[in-house]
Amino acid sequence: MARLEVRDVTFSYDGVTTVLKDIDLTLGDGELVCLLGVSGGGKTTLFNIISGLNKPQSGRVLLGGEDITGQTGKVSYMLQKDMLLPYRTVEDNVALPMIIRGMKKKEARKLAGEHFKSFGIDGTQKKYPAELSGGMRQRAALLRTYLFSAEVALLDEPFSALDTLTKSEMHRWYLDVMENLKLSTIFITHDIDEAILLSDRIYLLGGKPATLTDEIIIREPKPRRRDFNLTEDFLNYKREIISKIQV
Amino acid sequence: MSARLRSTTAKIGLSAAALLLLLAAWQLVCVLCGIPKYMLPAPTDVAAAFAKDWRLMLDHAGVTLAETFIGLFFGIIVGFLIAVVMDRFEVIRRIVYPVVVVSQTIPTVAIAPLLVIWLGYEMLPKIILIVLVVFFPITISLLQGFASVDADTVRLMRSMGASRVQIFRYVKLPNSLGHFFSSLKISVSYAVVSAVVSEWIGGTRGLGCYMTRVRKSFSSDKMFAVIILISVISLILIWLITVLQRVCMPWEKINNDRSKST
Repeated sequence: MARLEVRDVTFSYDGVTTVLKDIDLTLGDGELVCLLGVSGGGKTTLFNIISGLNKPQSGRVLLGGEDITGQTGKVSYMLQKDMLLPYRTVEDNVALPMIIRGMKKKEARKLAGEHFKSFGIDGTQKKYPAELSGGMRQRAALLRTYLFSAEVALLDEPFSALDTLTKSEMHRWYLDVMENLKLSTIFITHDIDEAILLSDRIYLLGGKPATLTDEIIIREPKPRRRDFNLTEDFLNYKREIISKIQV
Repeated sequence: MSARLRSTTAKIGLSAAALLLLLAAWQLVCVLCGIPKYMLPAPTDVAAAFAKDWRLMLDHAGVTLAETFIGLFFGIIVGFLIAVVMDRFEVIRRIVYPVVVVSQTIPTVAIAPLLVIWLGYEMLPKIILIVLVVFFPITISLLQGFASVDADTVRLMRSMGASRVQIFRYVKLPNSLGHFFSSLKISVSYAVVSAVVSEWIGGTRGLGCYMTRVRKSFSSDKMFAVIILISVISLILIWLITVLQRVCMPWEKINNDRSKST
């Protein structure tokens, strides 16, 4: 069954220029789906709608069958910058979504503390974000995202600010975490390699107003081969995407 | 000794040397030119005046400090409330902001006598004057702090379902702490000066009254002594706020150290 569904969503900021048109998208349980498209093509706007920050003119967003159109606090959202608050310790940053939901600080800290190890940031609880490396901060931000909602995570270019080596390490790590925690994820990228490497399915977003122009299924089984990105299969997917993508 | 500590000591030593040189020059001019004490007392005269009168001065200083603290306390509260309301309601900001700015263009020496006429010679008019002077830097700095919040952070908080109050508490308020402490350093020195000015205009106790009395008796040595005392009090208060800031914002040091090293 689909964890998340977006049905016939059309959106415009000012009521004149349509930004998104007739968007239909599904996300299955434990699936990782990617939105691929050029910058400024409406990907982030679609995330704003799914997360409830913006309300579409028409269409609906369903989470497990329940209508959550225009409701915040239902699916978790992570932006490109880690957005850790510099004046809170890592554990207090991570516990924030639960505190916002009304949980006591002590309880929230305890609950958050249980996950530090599996997210590979054990020992950073009492540190401030500035003391952590870029990769570690991104992990902390992902843990916060997970504690915000364990159902669906929206990741807006989560790895694009990292250097190449840290990035490929984070890719492997994220696939692991997703597997263990049974996460369902939609993520935005403009990096074709990253999209093929991580996704089960890729939606191509293009045009003005933006529509979903194509859907590509990556049939490579998970966990993926270490040298998947060097194989002929990988290159074929890449060729297909490049030929279909609209700039 | 670490390199950092050494450079700090060197800086302090240099400042102290400059100050001593200035005092020596002052003393020399007074002695050599035979300037009368009531016109310009030599540093030694000032020191002697302080040694003789320090008990009385500290007694008056206690009153001035009490006014300063009470005024500062209410000034911070008023400044904070105005900033919060102005930040929350755009309309109120547009209406109140010009009034607040205009209120600051009226010289304190003009308001002080009026306050004495309205409220008498006791502490109240003094405290009101301090509040009037102190709230302004606090309001302006907090408003700036609230406005400088990162828009994406607010977006993230909203996506988590945070209410306006929660966004204020977890993002806007801590984000403005640095601004707040900077303005507090300005406010505290304003507060001391305002307390003195208001005592000057009307009152029976406090460093301002003491100043008026010694001025009328042409005791310039005591006048200088009390001016130095006021400066020292202000400096100590500013230093206390710096310490308080370090305690309240432990992350600042870490962030600063990191940005320096990278």
